Amino acid sequence: MINKQIKSAADAVADVFDGAVVMIGGFGEAGSPIELIHALIDQGAKDLTVVSNNTGSGLVGLAALLKAERVSKIICSFPRTANSTVFPDLYRSGKTELELVPQGTLAERIRAGGAGIPGFYTPAAVGTPLSEGKESREFDGQEYLLERGLKADFALIKGRVADTFGNVVYNKTARNFGPPMAMAAKVAIVQVDEVVEPGQIDPESIVTPGIFVSRVVGVSNPVFESELVAAGVSYP
Amino acid sequence: MSEQSTVVGRTRDEMAKRLAQDIPSGSYVNLGIGIPELVTKFVPDGRTLIYHTENGLLGMGPSPEPGKGDPELINAGKRHVTAIPGAAFFHHADSFAMIRGGHIDLCVLGAMQVSKDGDLANWSTGAPDAIPAVGGAMDLVAGVKSVYVITQHCTKHGDPKLVDSCTFPLTGKQVINRIYTDLAVVDVTPDGFRVVELSPGVDFEYVQQRTGAPLLPIKD
Repeated sequence: MINKQIKSAADAVADVFDGAVVMIGGFGEAGSPIELIHALIDQGAKDLTVVSNNTGSGLVGLAALLKAERVSKIICSFPRTANSTVFPDLYRSGKTELELVPQGTLAERIRAGGAGIPGFYTPAAVGTPLSEGKESREFDGQEYLLERGLKADFALIKGRVADTFGNVVYNKTARNFGPPMAMAAKVAIVQVDEVVEPGQIDPESIVTPGIFVSRVVGVSNPVFESELVAAGVSYP
Repeated sequence: MSEQSTVVGRTRDEMAKRLAQDIPSGSYVNLGIGIPELVTKFVPDGRTLIYHTENGLLGMGPSPEPGKGDPELINAGKRHVTAIPGAAFFHHADSFAMIRGGHIDLCVLGAMQVSKDGDLANWSTGAPDAIPAVGGAMDLVAGVKSVYVITQHCTKHGDPKLVDSCTFPLTGKQVINRIYTDLAVVDVTPDGFRVVELSPGVDFEYVQQRTGAPLLPIKD
């Protein structure tokens, strides 16, 4: 009997190793798997390469993981936030390397990685500083850049409901990077408000099929970055 | 000095209202952060536009009432929004397939500089200590069918934003179709900038003096 449910966030991230590539879902606070990130901070893995659209806010979640100096490199499209100086400080001091990627290219690199596609051509960033060092090729009279697919050892994702087979449904714009990251990671770990039995989610409504998901953790009443930041929380 | 303290040309709202007149009903539209967002206030009665926000929503509605925001229902500027009846949610790779695949009709963006060839600079000043952050701007300008810029004609310091060639790092090359400023509506053509319309009370010479490249006159 397949049962992908793991008892706690701590158990779910226990085998993340030093030097791992970890994709972390979320666009701003929407879809940010804060409880899994905090469990990863507690767990202690370091020298991580993180793939995430942003760099977190305040001193919680992704910003707290960065602040704890566990991340040696981040692959990211928008590492600036109004209310966090964590990443700017690390970047300026050279402690965290940044690979800046246009947002759509980042999403497609992740999707491609999960779909077994090692590279693809895109028109985004042609003629810009982000094209430097990239192979380019003309198709039908237009220039495109070669971009590589991205894979990861782990993905930390937030959904709304999952069943014990690992089928996932998301909540509104919190879906964002979850589905492609689940595909691209060897071990995709999904925290959800509610874990249900197989058959309780309409198969027509499933967004991420369970084949892409290794572990499901129930986190009822998950916290939001903005609430923690407003309350002045700093983790740990 | 006296010119800068006097209001000449269109206000931000008037610029957005002017641009809104040019969007056909039924268009799928992506609006950037800032002045572009004002466009939604001025869509003429009887027209329906479907707003795309690249973080994963088609059919974005207005901001919710204060205190009614859902942290998992936000736009690309990370502000709380609503979803209209008929809205759809999707993941990021699909969202940018809509953009890159040419399915979005129009994108409206702000600008630091636009060149006479339609190059856009709007993401970085290139300052060495700045934290580089690009978001989806490069994908949008490369993929959306029409890309309009809405911006003040000059910077706060009075420097032209419409220039011969951009000095700031580019967002995209030859990507801008039309520019709406406080002073004029300007098309990017194979021959350079062409004035489509002057704002009320503004004459051609006044705009030319504040533009960093030759302007072609309004076509008869």
